Amino acid sequence: MTTPRTMYEKIWADHVVRDGGGTEPDLLYIDLHLVHEVTSPQAFESLDLTGRTVRRPDLTLATIDHGVPTTGRELGIQDPLSKKQIDTLVANCKKHGIELYDIHDIRQGIVHVIGPEQGITQPGMTIVCGDSHTSTHGAFGALAFGIGTSEVEHVLATQTLPQTRPKSMAVNVNGELPLGVTAKDVILGIISRIGVAGGTGYVIEYRGSTIEALSMAGRMTICNMSIEGGARAGMISPDEITFEYLKGRNYAPTGAEWDEAVEYWKSIRTDEGAEFDVEVHLEAADLAPYVSWGTNPAQTVAVTDAVPDPSEFEDALERDAAERALVYMDLEPGTPITEIPVDRIFLGSCTNGRIEDLRAAAAVVEGRTIASDIHAMVVPGSGLVKLQAEEEGLDLIFKNAGFEWRDAGCSMCLGMNPDILMPGERAASTSNRNFEGRQGRNGRTHLVSPEMAAAAAIAGRFVDVREWN
Amino acid sequence: MEPISVITGQMAPMPRANVDTDAIIPKQFLKRVERSGFGPFLFYEWAYDEEGELIPDFILNQADYAAAEVLVSGPNFGSGSSREHAPWSIEDRGFKAIIAPSFADIFYNNCINIGLLPVVLTDDEVAKLSEIANDPDNLVTIDLEAQKVTTIGFEAGFAIEPFAKHRLANGLDNIALTLEHREAIDGFEQMRAEHKPSLG
Ligand code: SF4
Repeated sequence: MTTPRTMYEKIWADHVVRDGGGTEPDLLYIDLHLVHEVTSPQAFESLDLTGRTVRRPDLTLATIDHGVPTTGRELGIQDPLSKKQIDTLVANCKKHGIELYDIHDIRQGIVHVIGPEQGITQPGMTIVCGDSHTSTHGAFGALAFGIGTSEVEHVLATQTLPQTRPKSMAVNVNGELPLGVTAKDVILGIISRIGVAGGTGYVIEYRGSTIEALSMAGRMTICNMSIEGGARAGMISPDEITFEYLKGRNYAPTGAEWDEAVEYWKSIRTDEGAEFDVEVHLEAADLAPYVSWGTNPAQTVAVTDAVPDPSEFEDALERDAAERALVYMDLEPGTPITEIPVDRIFLGSCTNGRIEDLRAAAAVVEGRTIASDIHAMVVPGSGLVKLQAEEEGLDLIFKNAGFEWRDAGCSMCLGMNPDILMPGERAASTSNRNFEGRQGRNGRTHLVSPEMAAAAAIAGRFVDVREWN
Repeated sequence: MEPISVITGQMAPMPRANVDTDAIIPKQFLKRVERSGFGPFLFYEWAYDEEGELIPDFILNQADYAAAEVLVSGPNFGSGSSREHAPWSIEDRGFKAIIAPSFADIFYNNCINIGLLPVVLTDDEVAKLSEIANDPDNLVTIDLEAQKVTTIGFEAGFAIEPFAKHRLANGLDNIALTLEHREAIDGFEQMRAEHKPSLG
């Protein structure tokens, strides 16, 4: 009998081009390389300077997401630096024969939304991108992780990456999710449990009945934020829900190849009895809708709680970080979360910018209007998500409520385009990072689920969606 | 990539936990397509106020620390995004090494890939170094070969993967190393499963 193995071990073993023998990293083959405009220009430049070429343009897909404007695209890109960066990607893709979903392509969108949407993200693959949220693709049972620009160049030139094997962690979540508690809350709950560096050096596999019951959208939300817990990759064993999602998508196999693929996909699931280096257990019943209060994603409490007092933290650095965070966030210890008023609402990003997220938020918003003085916007994760939402009339629900309805991109998740928070503004955001200055200098970000963001837009402050009718 | 052997220089203490990549180099500076020139924007929002004026208190703005070459910071340094612009900006500012109790994975790899030495010491050792660094006249020496950090009244060893050390010490181009295994890559591609998708 063979030793039971984890999915991660199997995928790794299936991609070893050259075994490093323990003294060197293993050389791993990369099945899919996703590229965007911000982390690639220097890689292409260096490739050209060294006279190297792109080994597998057919395993490389590019999109434009970080720097694109989300309104007035017909006018072109106004910011000259962003324009140059985007033009550079267009030129590089053309030169090297790489497929690019440019700004006028309906398939354009956030890199981690379009891969799954096109069906090019599949179980058992190794996927990399010069972007830390590449972990999103792990929701399909792929080993997917973010890389730096030197590594982007490395993959372009060789279609491989030397990697030292990380350890494995199982995060088990069991039980039925309470009403109003979403995938976003599951991952915020996990991060506040393991800490922002808890996953450093690990690949996480999310397991258990709660995870198995989630849609692909929910699974992607969870894997997306693995990096916020310090893990480069997060993954979920593929099952019928995964196959159902993939079937019929653009790049999904068909006919006999589909059957062969499904066969393989089933074989990569973690074996019964496989051992992880670390196991963490959570009960779904213990989770609540969460709101982050600080400047890292572990600084989070349930919506029914209050802003903590830094003196409660035993660790000196954590206490110091909490003090600093409260100053930055302009919050007083003991303030109930539901008494915190907000100025801006951002619904979108690779964490929560998929059609399911927009539907969930629209269900909260329908027939209501946003509070006065609130500036709220919806930024779909891709052009196709936007189109789908419009076909379902979600755009009207949002617009009638007072939301702005934008074009696809990263937008205010990181504010590289004109969508930023003004100093002092406070946002309820469905994105993944609440770091200082992330959404705009001295802007204050509270991470929440789409439902919680929608409810905050209506109430003008945080509210418990569970009491929302 | 310049080979690294022994680094001797001034330390800049920044005793904070979880220094993230958005703090190291804010997004508005990620629009450049060049690889160099990020140094002036390092820790921009800590270094400049909203009017763009220098904040004199910030450690790297103090004349005493202008020549610092070793950054000493808290755990989980470099958390957040994969932007290599973060280590580029630190390197461009004249730093040759960063000492911290732990680093975020992607950031750590990026440092190795560009030849900026990340050194992991224990919490206590870093706290002690941070204190020693409060006197800008105290220089630190990092010996990569011996895997040792020494300064006045302080000595500590550090771990680093042998292969990463080998690359840093010799300033090796990682891509050239991989291309030595071109035949293995060709061979792998020949047996790669049919059902794997391709965009071509
Ligand atoms: S939406 Fe935000 S987190 Fe996702 S890829 Fe874009 S900038 Fe990064």
